[in-house]
Amino acid sequence: MVAGQASDGFVVFDGVQKSYDGETLVVKDLNLSVAKGEFLTMLGPSGSGKTTCLMMLAGFETATSGEILLDGKPINSVPPHKRGIGMVFQNYALFPHMTVGENLGFPLEVRGLGKSEREKKIMRALDMVQMGAFVNRRPAQLSGGQQQRIALARALVFEPELVLMDEPLGALDKQLREHMQFEITRLAHDLGITTVYVTHDQTEALTMSDNVAVFEDGRIQQLDPPDVLYEEPKNSFVAQFIGENNTLDGVVKEIKGEHCVVELDGGELIDAKPVNVTKVGERTRVSIRPERVEANKDRLDSEAHLIKAQVLEFIYMGDVFRTRLKVAGNENFVMKTRNAPDQVRHKPGDMIEIGWLPKDCRALDCPA
Amino acid sequence: MAMADATEQVGSETDSRGRLVTSDGTPLRRALERANRRRKFTAFLLVAPLLAFIVIFFAFPIAQMMWRSVDNPQIVNALPRTLDALQDWDGRTLPDESVYAALHADMVEDQERARRDQLIGPLGIRLNYELSAARSAISRTARSVSDFEAPYKDAFMDAHRLWGQLELWRVIQREGRPLTLSYYVAALDREYNEDGQIVRRDENRQIYVSLFIRTLVLSLAITGMTFLLGFPIAYFLSTLPMRYANLLMIAVLLPFWTSLLVRTSAWIVLLQQQGVINELLVNIGLISDGNRLNLMYNQTGTIIAMTHILLPFMVLPLYSVMKTIPPSYMRAAKSLGATPSTAFRRVYFPQTLPGIGAGGVLVFIISIGYYITPALVGGQSGRMISNEIARHIQQSLNWGLAAALGSLLLVGVLALYWLYNRLVGTDSLKFG
Repeated sequence: MVAGQASDGFVVFDGVQKSYDGETLVVKDLNLSVAKGEFLTMLGPSGSGKTTCLMMLAGFETATSGEILLDGKPINSVPPHKRGIGMVFQNYALFPHMTVGENLGFPLEVRGLGKSEREKKIMRALDMVQMGAFVNRRPAQLSGGQQQRIALARALVFEPELVLMDEPLGALDKQLREHMQFEITRLAHDLGITTVYVTHDQTEALTMSDNVAVFEDGRIQQLDPPDVLYEEPKNSFVAQFIGENNTLDGVVKEIKGEHCVVELDGGELIDAKPVNVTKVGERTRVSIRPERVEANKDRLDSEAHLIKAQVLEFIYMGDVFRTRLKVAGNENFVMKTRNAPDQVRHKPGDMIEIGWLPKDCRALDCPA
Repeated sequence: MAMADATEQVGSETDSRGRLVTSDGTPLRRALERANRRRKFTAFLLVAPLLAFIVIFFAFPIAQMMWRSVDNPQIVNALPRTLDALQDWDGRTLPDESVYAALHADMVEDQERARRDQLIGPLGIRLNYELSAARSAISRTARSVSDFEAPYKDAFMDAHRLWGQLELWRVIQREGRPLTLSYYVAALDREYNEDGQIVRRDENRQIYVSLFIRTLVLSLAITGMTFLLGFPIAYFLSTLPMRYANLLMIAVLLPFWTSLLVRTSAWIVLLQQQGVINELLVNIGLISDGNRLNLMYNQTGTIIAMTHILLPFMVLPLYSVMKTIPPSYMRAAKSLGATPSTAFRRVYFPQTLPGIGAGGVLVFIISIGYYITPALVGGQSGRMISNEIARHIQQSLNWGLAAALGSLLLVGVLALYWLYNRLVGTDSLKFG
């Protein structure tokens, strides 16, 4: 990340490192800038360092080296209660001995607000999440989704400019989760607050965020808007981690600008877009999304390379067909086709020919 | 579709009175009862041994004790005729000859019983509780009563001067009933005056009420001490990883595993006037040799020793409650803008209340009835009510009074428990 760009952000991580035991780094040289009003998601498998980053931003962990800036001011030595950052916790952390109203009143009370002003703000925050009728309930009397809303309202009631969310939807069922995803994004945008959201759920990351930072091994592997992340992964890890993905290993045969030909280990030739490869003879792993695999030659360039595939399984999923193929020795090669009137329904055992647009097949690094 | 219809019909079958029945025609309610009966029976069998044990060795003795505090058979059994004759006595002048004749008849009859069955001994002991010297009056009279001749009034008054005093006759009349309150009257430092009213005893003969109060105060002090010492350690334990927490827990539980006598000798070594603590303080010049601290054989000794013994009862419930409070609550409070001390006071501490309540109730109730430690290190001023109860059972053999004191203690504890329940609610207790 460019230094000039970093210093412009509302939240800036500048060369942040974190180690718990003095021997290994959990976070390795993190540089990140979040603009005001941006919804940024930190996405990654468990142990990738994303939650540690969030905790450093909230002030519950200290950075071992590097600087974290909030609105241009370094906050490394500011204790959590003086940072004014709203936070939603994984298990909500609603205070069980207080009513909903008292929970929301807590941050206002410690800020010394008067009773009438407190009540006004509490009701406004509760109405925001459509929970106005529950002000006198205790957290234990609420369902998971309701607790989630209260936790959200509590993090917003003191009008912070930055809100952190640590896997807030992890404990909800699928339907509720989808609904809350929508509500959280709506609120964040309506209120214009900056949000840093941590999750290991890629759907959540894709549907909610302005930008997604994919974490792995203590580093940000890619930081991009969701569509770029999905369609143009920069390396094998991101391609594999986001969405469904077919991979084939091979060697670069020729490179011509935005187009290259890869010779697979079985000798087949395919078209690809060089992303992480620079010269002929380099080993590569190509990655193609299942929905970009095409069995209909009419939709492909006439000179496109085709590759033979054997149908192993055909799954009818309603809106789409999912066809599992054996391609160049890979038995888990999946093709997803839309359930259109003219769509062919392959039968196991069929031999077909498939291909793709060169830009949809990305020649990436080949992990050892 | 046809299948679905059929099952629905079977599922909702009813008998002539509209009750749900199972597929073989038994009412659903009865079928359920039958299915549950076996489970209930097994449950009862599992509970039965302990239930029997508690009834025989706990409930029954307590009932027995409470009965003894009002049971009063001695006078009724030994002097039936006398009590009969005393019925119309006004209590202002000495009873007339007929009463003394009845007394003579009662005592002579008793002399004719086998020695084992004689009732005169218990009578003397019983009367002595109310009136000292009554026992010697009874036994001296009993020796010569068979030689008495009418008029009996003079003969009795010759045998012992007490027979000529109204006081003894008042006691016989008042206590000549199968049930009595006199043990409770004595346990509350009261007595009957000449008009039969209950009044306070002389200042210098009052023991029990102040002892009850001292027991309460000491128990509260001990509960407070265990809380002050136990809360920080329980908090510390709850923040440690399991491995270290268990190790430290052993240290906390050590008092449980050490013999009381070993510990007592250790306290004596530490606390006595020539003991380790006093020697140390004198040697480093904090106190002069003439002003050694009295740490033993007084209330200080009782408090120190009992705090040590009862500490685990406070730490364990606190620890088990604190372990269930996730650290995210404190973090949430801080992220909402609370200083660490506010977060602790407003968010953490209230959630430990069930543990504090449980620990407090445990320590308080155990210490209010504690006997052995005050007896060993308490001296005179560190004695508690239980020591007095033990003295009446083992030495003065006034079991009625011991039972009355014990019952008062029991009622007191129950009352405090009730109060606690009203104020805090027992459903919020968490013992572990």
